[in-house]
This record gives sequence, structure tokens and C-alpha cells, in this order.
Amino acid sequence: MDVGDPIPELRVTPDRYLPHRYAGASGDFNPIHIDRELATQVGLPGNILHGLYGMALVARAVTEAAGGDPRSLRRLTVQFRGMGVPEKEIAVTGTVSAVDGDRVTVDTVAEQDGKRIIRNAVAELEPLRHN
Amino acid sequence: MAVQTGAKGKRYAPFAYEVGREKIREYAQAVGEQSPLCYDREAARAAGLRDVMAPPMFAVVYSAGAMAPAILDPEVGINFALMVHGGQELLWGEPVCSGDAIETVAECKDIYEKDGKGFYVFESVSTNQGGQEVVRGTWTNIVRGV
Repeated sequence: MDVGDPIPELRVTPDRYLPHRYAGASGDFNPIHIDRELATQVGLPGNILHGLYGMALVARAVTEAAGGDPRSLRRLTVQFRGMGVPEKEIAVTGTVSAVDGDRVTVDTVAEQDGKRIIRNAVAELEPLRHN
Repeated sequence: MAVQTGAKGKRYAPFAYEVGREKIREYAQAVGEQSPLCYDREAARAAGLRDVMAPPMFAVVYSAGAMAPAILDPEVGINFALMVHGGQELLWGEPVCSGDAIETVAECKDIYEKDGKGFYVFESVSTNQGGQEVVRGTWTNIVRGV
């Protein structure tokens, strides 16, 4: 991984019930994520994805780019902007912005429908080469 | 109305969480984790881990119980109807594996107002049964129109 290298793009289309499975897995049952009717009543386009699910996709994209060992990921910081929805493709893209010894920094963004749902994502990785 | 800043520096009671193999699997499947280290005990052990490893973002699962009382604290005074999760930082230490007993302590680090919005910044520090730090999180919640 050298400065300026793009990381392999991660494309995921969360299905209609992904927010429900993520709610169960994470324990975050905020109704704006799982109740389409309530979400619409509070002015949202429908039930929306959990921001931390989007962050987990960013974590996957950078970790997979570093060889796939989850221990490679040392730090991740993100800003949540806009909102993601189920049943539309999310693309996570990134570029290596710094290499300092074993530590690689990747700047990343997650987009859906041309809009950034996660921006200013910065990951620091220490790739492991054992597998 | 200005934000109340009296809760700055307040620390909350530790929250204990026992990490289980099936909870790791459930979370890993939900986020589409690809690493066999999160599903296959033999693969995890061959890679030098005690047991299957939690995906990095599983940190939000064992931290949530520590964060909720801080974010819900009336002294912090967040207006939930107008709150969004603005930013998140996680800094990982030792890997978290099935069987670990994780303890997380939350602290209200900062409360300030900027551009008509209230910023509420919390830190969580999670340690394992051996006293090793496994994750340090910074959670930024933004409230519009304070």
C-alpha cells in the first residue's frame, strides 16, 4: 500500500430487513431504523440505516484492503452526514494518504445515490501478513 | 438558550459485558464480516487468538451499555428529538475474543456550542479481564437549534 493508491471499492446493497438484523445484532432499536411508518411521520424518507452500520462497512473496506485480518485496524474516525437507506447500493472508496513504517493511513468515504453518508473517514492500519 | 456545561468531566458507572461466540457471529453476519477469524475457532486459534475474534466495530455493542446512561443523563440535557450522531472515533488495543469480560467506563468530555448547535462529546474506555485496554471511543452527538 503506497501513498495515492486507491483501495479496492466495497459495494454493498443492504436488503430491506438489514436494519432489523443490525438492530438485533447491535442492540440499537431506535424506531427510525426499523419502523417505516414512524420514520415517515418524523419527516424521514423511510426507515434509515444505522450510521454505525455504515461505519462498519468502512471498517470492512479498509481491513479487507489491508489483507483481511481484523486486527489490522488500529484507529478509525468518521463523520456521519446525510442518511443511508436500505435497498440502495452503498459504495465505500478510499485512498492511501500516508505510510509511516508499518502504519498506513487511508482516507475513505461512503456514498449512496451520489450522496456522501460518511465523510472525512480516516483509518489507520497496521497490515498483518500471516495469512 | 445556551447549552448547560455542568456535566463536563462527569464519569459514569462501569458497564460489564461478557462476549459470546454466537453474539459475535450474529454481529459479524449483520455487517457482512468476511474474516474467518470471527467465525471459526480453529482459524482464530491458528492465528494466535484465544477464540473467535469480535469484528472491530463490535466495540459499539459492548460499549453501548456504558454510553446510554451518559447520553441520557438529565444533567447533560441532550434534546433527543434534535440530536444526531455526528462523529465517531475508535482506537483499538488488544483484540476482543469470545469469553472476554469487558468493562467500559464513559465520561462526558466536552459540551460546547458552535454555529447554533450543541456539541456533546463523550469518551468510553473499555478494558478486558486482564486490565488491557481494548478500545477507546470518542462519541460526538450534535443537537440542532440549542
